[in-house]
Amino acid sequence: MADNKVVLIIGGGMGGLTAAVEAAEAGLEAVIVERNPYLGGRVAQHNKYFWKLCPPNCGLEINFKRIKNNGNVRFYTLAKVEDIRGEEGDFDVTVKVSPRYVNERCVGCDACAQACPSFRNNEFNFGMDKTKAAYIPFEQAFPFQYVIDESACAPDCKRPCIEACKYNAIDFSMKEETVNIKAGAVVLATGWNLYDVSKIDNLGFGTVRNVITNMMMERLSAPNGPTKGKIVRPSDGKEVKNIAFVQCAGSRDENHLPYCSYICCLASLKQAMYVREQYPDSKAQIFYIDLRTPGLYENRFLNKVKEDPNITLTKGKVAKITEDTLTGDVIVEVEDVFAAARKKARFDMVVLAAGMEPSMRGLKMRGISITPEGFVDTSAVKKGMFAVGTTKSPVDVARSVQDATAAVLKSIQSVRR
Amino acid sequence: MEKRFGVYICKGCGIGDAIDIERLSNVATKDMKVPLCRTHDILCSPEGVQIIKDDISREGVNTIIIAACSFRVKYDVFDFPGTITERVNIREFVAWCQPPKTDDTQSLASDYLVMGIIRTQKGDLPEPNVLENLQSTILVVGGGIAGMTAAIEAANAGYEVVLVEKEPQLGGFANKLYKKIPTGYAFMEPLIVDVDIEKTIKEVEGHPRIKVYKSAKIERTEGQPGLYDVTISRNGSSETLKIGAIVLATGWKPYDAAKLGYLGYGKFKDVVTGIEFEEIARKGNGRIFRPSDGREATKVAFILCAGQRNPEHLPYCSSMCCASSLKQARYVRGNPDATAMIFYIDIRTPGRLEAYYREAQNDPGIMLTKADVKGVSDAGNGNLYIEAENSLLGEKVKVEADLVVLATGMVPTTLEPQVYLDRLTQEAAKGDEARKAYLESTPKPEFILNLSYRQGPEIPSLEGAYGFADSNFICFQYETRRTGIYAAGSVHQPMNMAEAQEDGAGAAFKAIQCIDHVSRGVAVHPRAWDITFPDPLLIRCTACKRCTEECPFGAIDEDEKGIPYYKINRCRRCGTCMGACPERIVSFKDYSVDIIGSMIKSVESEEEEFRIIALACENDAYPALDTACINRKQIDPSVRIIPLRCLGGMNLVWVADALSKGIDGMLLLGCKFGENYQCHFVKGSELANYRFGKVGETLNKLQLEAERVQMMQVSISDYDKLPDMINEFVGKVKEIGPNPFKGF
Repeated sequence: MADNKVVLIIGGGMGGLTAAVEAAEAGLEAVIVERNPYLGGRVAQHNKYFWKLCPPNCGLEINFKRIKNNGNVRFYTLAKVEDIRGEEGDFDVTVKVSPRYVNERCVGCDACAQACPSFRNNEFNFGMDKTKAAYIPFEQAFPFQYVIDESACAPDCKRPCIEACKYNAIDFSMKEETVNIKAGAVVLATGWNLYDVSKIDNLGFGTVRNVITNMMMERLSAPNGPTKGKIVRPSDGKEVKNIAFVQCAGSRDENHLPYCSYICCLASLKQAMYVREQYPDSKAQIFYIDLRTPGLYENRFLNKVKEDPNITLTKGKVAKITEDTLTGDVIVEVEDVFAAARKKARFDMVVLAAGMEPSMRGLKMRGISITPEGFVDTSAVKKGMFAVGTTKSPVDVARSVQDATAAVLKSIQSVRR
Repeated sequence: MEKRFGVYICKGCGIGDAIDIERLSNVATKDMKVPLCRTHDILCSPEGVQIIKDDISREGVNTIIIAACSFRVKYDVFDFPGTITERVNIREFVAWCQPPKTDDTQSLASDYLVMGIIRTQKGDLPEPNVLENLQSTILVVGGGIAGMTAAIEAANAGYEVVLVEKEPQLGGFANKLYKKIPTGYAFMEPLIVDVDIEKTIKEVEGHPRIKVYKSAKIERTEGQPGLYDVTISRNGSSETLKIGAIVLATGWKPYDAAKLGYLGYGKFKDVVTGIEFEEIARKGNGRIFRPSDGREATKVAFILCAGQRNPEHLPYCSSMCCASSLKQARYVRGNPDATAMIFYIDIRTPGRLEAYYREAQNDPGIMLTKADVKGVSDAGNGNLYIEAENSLLGEKVKVEADLVVLATGMVPTTLEPQVYLDRLTQEAAKGDEARKAYLESTPKPEFILNLSYRQGPEIPSLEGAYGFADSNFICFQYETRRTGIYAAGSVHQPMNMAEAQEDGAGAAFKAIQCIDHVSRGVAVHPRAWDITFPDPLLIRCTACKRCTEECPFGAIDEDEKGIPYYKINRCRRCGTCMGACPERIVSFKDYSVDIIGSMIKSVESEEEEFRIIALACENDAYPALDTACINRKQIDPSVRIIPLRCLGGMNLVWVADALSKGIDGMLLLGCKFGENYQCHFVKGSELANYRFGKVGETLNKLQLEAERVQMMQVSISDYDKLPDMINEFVGKVKEIGPNPFKGF
């Protein structure tokens, strides 16, 4: 039996990061495999956490600081796990690492981005703006190292950035690499993607210009978002003074996501507050099936939101969303449950509370049994592999952190057998 | 260690363009008399780092001052084990936020370099403080599902475990349940399954590394992580055990239904709580016989959120009752002729539990309606009416039932002692007599841990946590204000059984991790790498008790003369005691009143120049400032930023010293405090604010304007606003005018 103190963690979001840092601080060696060029996952894209309304970067920064000071955490960004062979205590993990085209000599000075003539769709902001092909995902990104999206480079370009960089940090000769990592335990913390709400015909996403998703709203409200935190609508940049939130966009719907995505009620309540704080003369309306704010603090947050007379909570299913093409306004048709009638209302912008889709959905990986919804079937997962957070069921950050911490204890058992 | 200094100045990233490097080198070599000062075009490059490494090996340099970028970056290349390494941030804080090559820019860089050199001159290389006879046994308090899971998981990881349960048997509330919700992937038939708690109990009781104490209580918990002496009493005798760390898993009690008279509890025999309903189902082996006349109930009403989400009772949601009630509706439906009616505000079955709800919706024998239940009344025929408004059945309805089940909420076992102790503190503040009167008139509730801590015997209460042993950190779930004690299960937060199992394992891990850290003399979260520790010069202590009262973690006890006694393994190294101490006697090897004070005093403040000192929390304010500079926002060049481990370490003497020396203003940048605080040391910024309240006095004595010192609550995301906030403050100070003490 190999004495292998390595815990390999797939996913560098809050769950994976927590597992890595906690494991490292307990004397294990943690290796994170992250698909993005930065760590932090979904949390990094959030403006504020719900109910506490505090910035997620605050917790990320502490975790990064713990990584910097510990030395037992290694991480691969732009990386993907291809295969996991072996058994508990002796896994052999194959990781594919895509080239960053910027090496560790990068100082983060921004010269490459300034020199770069090419643009790319900024997926960090859900395509609401563009970055240069040479870019840093955001100012507090960790690692603080630029990256080049080669697919966005203008044909035969690849010069201005090299010339601008005084530090020999740009290297287009980098190739995709395959790394084999031996690990005693594997933590699955791949997180979630936002459900593709354009699949929901009646909600107008993709056709009605001023219908956006909750995650887009998060970026729109963030000081480092596409509008520097100004909440304006996409069609004409108009300030959003009258906003609606449509809950369960995809969730609790057997044609889309049969489960409840846990976080969307709280997220919409929070986002209604973003708007109300930014524009004191604004109004917000939330259309819901049930208001799900379970827990110690969460319900008090709901009560606080309810105290605002300019936020209306309406139990009702949205039947249809259309556009007034002349004004860009959004027309929402709702089945009001209590009035047993269909009502129409007009808004500046509508936010769809889109659900979580597990990142593993449709994936085939040795040793991991994945349900049709995309969750890890924990009763069928191989010994020594531990699923955490949203890989098992939709949860919020707090529960994901609890789960990740528990997974480290189980990893210790696998490693120290 | 005899220090051999080396100053290394980087010219890259625009530093060389903004600052006259030769003049800056002269500051090091001439003013500060550091003989060795080198510059490099790209200090972080392998070639640059090699220069430093060569000096370490050839010249014996062991005290390294790197004037380059922020400590937040290039941490891995500027890592020289065994040395004192100080990072002086002249990239973000000078080159990136100031116009190039001005006198102001130059003197800013020079001041930062001087401060950095002073820090290394005054500081020492720390060595860990590892206490002797450290223990690694884990004590789990509470033998419910969370506690048993914690015990099993810790034992399976190789640790000895002591499990203390106050009841004669293990199992907690799980013992009372008739069935549970299946935990597998899909919530399909069977929709109720055996609890099978006996299996877990057997595993605990048969585990070679778990020692179980039943019908037992903790009489006293003395000491600190790694060195607890825990006295356990059972059957009239007591025993003291050596313990390393503690998992608190004492669970919950149902909310007192007697307070829910409006729902008929206590008035009608056939109004029962959820837990009582479980007992009814157990007794009838699935058949539901109602208490009043023993008839089989066939129309059972469930009132959800009974006394929950209600400011008069429990303002929170216990998060497990919706699913529990759906499960209990299944018991009723064991009789195909019986119906269950569920009255809810919202059905909360988050995540995959939604499928469990859907199964209930598909059962024609389960009626679900949103409703505001206003009361329960006598239907006259032995049955009861549920009176509800705003329901899906109509505006105002009366629905008949032959049994009513109230989904009462969870009250943490920690609540009662907390309420008692908080009131005791309030009364004691009024004087000895009020304290005595309170003690005599108020029955003492059962304590749980009985800690022999200066700050009290239990986990302290937290605003908004309603008695739960939680710390309201989203990212850091296992923080408590008592180091080495980790809460799990429904004493931690309201949760269901499956969640309590994960939580039990999580808390057990943190206990293991804590034991590991104290064995190496390293702090635990959030400074989980720190080997420094506070080392007070007690001969100068006046026993003022500020440190013992203020320490957010209760790390400091007192001897009989009131002299503080540090229990170092409880300490989180935030430096709040250092900030609290009026005698300035608390020091860490690399962090002390003298070190920071000397840095502040080194800032020259000439007649015609304004100088402002900003003390910034290094966890949030500092990164926010860094980010502002990464965005090339200009910060007024009169401001010198000094990071603190936590603003709680801010000592008022710094303010007095700075202003009496001619510094024109001071900014204190800390985290949000109060409800939904963001301080990583829970109370640090709040205590800084408390001290800030006394700054007026100090300034008054100096006959200076109080507005010269300001505290700001800053978050890490305030990087877009922070430069403006600072610049505005500087503007105000300039309006007040220069400090008249300049030049003295």
